[in-house]
Parts: sequence; C-alpha cells; structure tokens
Amino acid sequence: MAQLSLKNIGKSFDGTDVIRDVSLDVADGELVCLLGPSGSGKSTILRMVGGFETPDRGSILIDGQDVTLILPEKRPTGMVFQSHALWSHMSVADNVAFGLKLRRMPRREIQAKVADALGLVGLKDYGTRRVWQLSGGQQQRVAIARALVLEPKILLLDEPFASLDQHLREHLREELRDIQRRLGITTLFVTHGQDEALALADRIVVLQQGDLEQVASPDRMYRAPETRFVAGFIGSMNFLACDMRHGRADHPLFPVEAPVADGPVELAIRPEALTVAPARAPQAKVHRTTDYGSHLLVDIDLADGTRVKAMCPPSARFAAGDGVTLTADRVTLFRGQKKLAEVSPRPARELSHA
Amino acid sequence: MTTADLTLAARQEPTVPTRKTKRIDWLGLAITLALGIVVVVPLVVVAIWAFAEVWRYPSILPQEFGLRFWEATLSRPDVWQAMSLSIRLSLTVTLLSAVICLPAAYAFARLDFPGRNLLFLSFLASHAFPKFGLLVAIASIFLNLGLVSTFWGVVLIQLVGTLMMMIWIPVAAFQNVDRAMEEAARDAGAGPLRVFWSVSLPQAAPTIGAAVLLSFVGTFYETEGAWLIGAPEIRTMPVLMITFINNQIVVQYGAVLSVLLWVPSFFALMFSRRLVGSSSFAKGFGV
Ligand SMILES: Nc1ncnc2c1ncn2[C@@H]1O[C@H](COP(=O)(O)OP(=O)(O)O)[C@@H](O)[C@H]1O
Ligand SMILES: [Mg+2]
Repeated sequence: MAQLSLKNIGKSFDGTDVIRDVSLDVADGELVCLLGPSGSGKSTILRMVGGFETPDRGSILIDGQDVTLILPEKRPTGMVFQSHALWSHMSVADNVAFGLKLRRMPRREIQAKVADALGLVGLKDYGTRRVWQLSGGQQQRVAIARALVLEPKILLLDEPFASLDQHLREHLREELRDIQRRLGITTLFVTHGQDEALALADRIVVLQQGDLEQVASPDRMYRAPETRFVAGFIGSMNFLACDMRHGRADHPLFPVEAPVADGPVELAIRPEALTVAPARAPQAKVHRTTDYGSHLLVDIDLADGTRVKAMCPPSARFAAGDGVTLTADRVTLFRGQKKLAEVSPRPARELSHA
Repeated sequence: MTTADLTLAARQEPTVPTRKTKRIDWLGLAITLALGIVVVVPLVVVAIWAFAEVWRYPSILPQEFGLRFWEATLSRPDVWQAMSLSIRLSLTVTLLSAVICLPAAYAFARLDFPGRNLLFLSFLASHAFPKFGLLVAIASIFLNLGLVSTFWGVVLIQLVGTLMMMIWIPVAAFQNVDRAMEEAARDAGAGPLRVFWSVSLPQAAPTIGAAVLLSFVGTFYETEGAWLIGAPEIRTMPVLMITFINNQIVVQYGAVLSVLLWVPSFFALMFSRRLVGSSSFAKGFGV
C-alpha cells in the first residue's frame, strides 16, 4: 500500500532545534512507534508527516513522492489526536462522514462507508449519538474511524490512548493492532509509554531531544539497547558504576571480564538477569520485597549503598534484612552513552571455585 | 463492545453533576431581591403608566385604567414607520457587523500578524473615549459626504457602536475553539475557509449568538448617533420617543412607547436564556 520516508528532517522553533537530523523509513504495512520522553519531539515529527508543521530541512516522501510542502488537506495521511478532536456539534456519523462529503461522494456510498468504519471500531449502532454522549474510549474509537474512513496511505496517531485508564488503554491497543493488521495500513504511532510501544510496534524508534537514539524491533530494543539512554528508558535496569582495569571490572559483586579500555564504566543489568541466593557470607541485604503475583521484585542494598532490583520466582522467600548473594546472567557495559560490550559472565560461584 | 469496555465506559462518565444539598442561601436571596426591586419596580411602574388614564398622587394605583393612549399611539403612522425603520436598521447593522467582525475576530484569535495588538486596541478604542464628541466629528464628515439624514449614514454610525461587542466576544469564543478540531478538519480534506465555516463558527456559535443578540438590541436602542446623523428624515423608535416626550409632557405616550420598545428585548431575553443555559456559552468566555 504505502511506504513512508523521512530524509534528514530538521525543525527548530524560535531558534532551538527541536528535531536535529532524523531519517527514517517505514515499510508498507508496518507499525512504527515513536517513543521518547515528553518534549523529545515525537509530536513534531508526526505533525510534520501530517502536514501541520513544515520541516526546516530535509524532505518527507510517501511512496517515493515528495509531500514536504503539500498542505494537510491534500496529503494522503490520516491523523488521530490525543484529545480525540471530534466535532462536538456533529453526530458521530457526521463526524465520520465529513471528509467523504468534502469529496462529493454519492450519499448512498457515504452511508455505506460510514457504517463500515463504525463497524470496524465496534460502534455500529452509535451513528446517531452525540459525541459527548460517548465514553472516552468510544470517542477515541470514533476518531480512529474518522481517520480510517478516508483510506489514508499513512495513519498517524499522537498518544491516542494517553487519557484513558490503564485497562481500557490495553484493550484499545489490542483492538488497534488488530485493525491495523487487517487493513495492512502503514502506521506511525506516538507514545511516551514504553509498554505501549513494546506491545504495539513492529519497530520502535526511541527519540531523545530531537535525535534518533535507536531504531529496533521491540525485543532487540529491550534485550540489546544500543545506548545508555535506551537501556534506562525501556524496561527497568540496574546501573552500577565502577572502573575497568586490565579487562576486568573492579566491582566487588560483578567482576566481569570484557575487552574494554581502562576507565570508568557502568554495568547495566536487568532485574530478571539477577539471581538472588541466601548466603552465610552476605554481599548484600534485602531491603524490601514486593509480590506481583507472577513474580517477586526484591530491592537489595549493596555494601556500597547502591540499591538494585532483582526479579525472583514467586516461590522465593526473602524477608527484609536477609543476607544474600547476587549473580548476573547478562551484563552490558556503558561508558557515557556508548555501549562498550555485552557479556554473559559465568556464575560467580564457579568463578570462586576456579 | 465487550462487557469489560462497557463497564469501563460507564465508570468514565464524570459529566453527571453532583446534586447539591438543598440549603437556602439567605444572602444570595437578599441580593436577588434587592436587584429585583431596583430592576423590576421601574419597569412595572412604566407598564402601569402605559395603561393608566388617570393617576393622581398619592394613590398607589391609577384611578382609571384604559387603552386610550394605546389607541392614540398605535393609530399614528409615524410610530409604525419608526418601528419598521428601527427593525430594518438594527437588522442591517447587525448583519453588516457580523460579516465584517467575525472573520476579523477569527483572524485576531488565530493569526499572528504584525500590528495585531494595535489593531485590536483600535477596535476597542472607539468605546474608550466620550462618544458624543466623536459623533459630532463624524457628523461633520458625513455632512460633506451627503450621508447625513440617510439610512446608510445611520447604519454607518451605528456600526461603529457594535464593533467592540462583535470583536471582543467572538475573539474570546474563537480562542476557545480547540485547535486540534480545526486541524482534524484540515486533515479530513477541508481548506481553511471550509474549516472556519464547518468547525470554528459552529463551535463558537453559542457565544457569538449572544454577541449578535446584544448588538441587535444595543442598535435598536441606540439614540445619540441615530438622532445626530438621522435627523430630521430618519426617525427611529427611541428618537421618536424623545420627540414625543419633548413636545408634550404626557407620561402615557412615553410609557406606551417604552412598552412597545420592550418587544425586541423580550425576544432577546428568551433567546439568551437558551444560550446561557448551554454549557458552551460559559466556555466561550473561558469560564
Ligand atoms: N508550535 C511550537 N512552538 C514552539 N515550540 C514548540 C512548538 N511545538 C513544539 N514545541 C517545542 O518542541 C519540543 C518538542 O515538542 P513535541 O514534539 O510536542 O514533544 P513530544 O510530543 O515528544 O512531547 C518541546 O520542547 C516543545 O516545547
Ligand atoms: Mg506530544
């Protein structure tokens, strides 16, 4: 259907660079999430694709055609806004029909298309309702139907579920994913919630201060973060500062070996990569445990005062104050923002036997 | 719809207002009563005078009621002429004012052009200075242009009087229209004009309706400009009333005419009751 390319896009507001130099290709039918903290420029990128902002540098191509300077009303994109932006003086059906009427489509055809679009989002019998008679979730569905009914080449969504509660958000997210798959529509989805991005995306683009930090599939993004920022932003991560000396970290608990130049580093370890065991000669103390049902999250104070989080099976029994030892399956080393190495150290116990 | 979503949907509806416990607010009641007396009593007195034939001090009610003065007033052709002229004038002025001011208000609310604030102030300035001096100056210009004592001369002078109301209130109304709604309309394929017509205007409509109504009523009762520019050919209802009162101090003539003049106010009030009731009206003022 459609393919989207951003080529060296740049944008500044009032002299500050909001988007520095962003290039991105979105394949036909792909769902790409733009993920980043608030103010990182996600909406600005989306609005440039939709035509609501004009980039200062670079170009935007849809199916190879340059649309950089094409007005939003002429662009083959459909946008869903965070505030749903439904027209409250029109009925639900009129909201969906508005764009079709502008295209001077025959009435019969409009009615059929509106019914189809409302059916697609599960609001078949809601056409005559007023917008304000719907719940937040239903309003956002109408907004999606309104965008989809015009059969845009690219669907754009700017944090569409951000104002809904957790449960509804997850529900709508799945629905959107199904619809997007069924229609095979190329989609750009903005979110600041990493769980949303991980659940929805074919590929995630992590943005920070107007720069692309990393572009990768959800599982690569989680398991192989390329920068310290991504490592900290996606999922939870323990960071332990130490020094490298002669290819070995001088951290008392995790003396990992890696071919890395001497100097300060940070060891990044996921909570689930940590194994906690009771110990007679403890290296660390349990501070608190939180039972999530499916797993146990244990906060542990190390001897040097840093606190790490470890994920344990729900059967594990730890109490505050228990002395424990820690082993890590997988450690990533960062120096500054840069990833230096990824190592899977042998368990510490074997190390001490050797 | 799944059941899960239905229950969530129900929980999400915070729009039902919480019912207040009924307790009489005595201070509020007292203020309402005091205001009511100040506003209503003179109106009632005028209304009684309109139907009084003999009313001598110190009687509380007239000694004789009757419709003699109504007949006398309504049988005069100049009253009917004035009434129809006033209505035509007010309609013309209000319509022209809307056509000029609403797009201007939209521009003030949405565009950022050089000199925006200065221009905005100049609209308001017409009300910041003593009006009569301004009117006299305009009258002398109109005299040269041959506009004095013509319908369009009065239209022009009264148009100036409506500018503030028809700019200030609609600007506030347009500023309160959600920009994303306008962008969504662009996204659906509407050009800027179509967006204004199909989204911005309907969204701001309740508040703008109030401004239009106030302009209409204000123009209907406008006296100074109508008298200064319109005399002697163009005589509106209020001007006619003044001549009646000046020529013979018969209270009843004035009273009958005032009651007649209430007709547009009455319609305006009926309308505005519906407007004020709607929540979007308050929203237009940023409440
Ligand atoms: N129209 C604008 N004028 C000035 N600054 C803007 C405008 N739009 C966005 N910005 C700035 O650009 C930065 C990025 O904004 P945005 O793209 O909305 O971030 P995000 O959607 O990631 O939260 C912010 O610092 C914001 O203040
Ligand atoms: Mg945003």
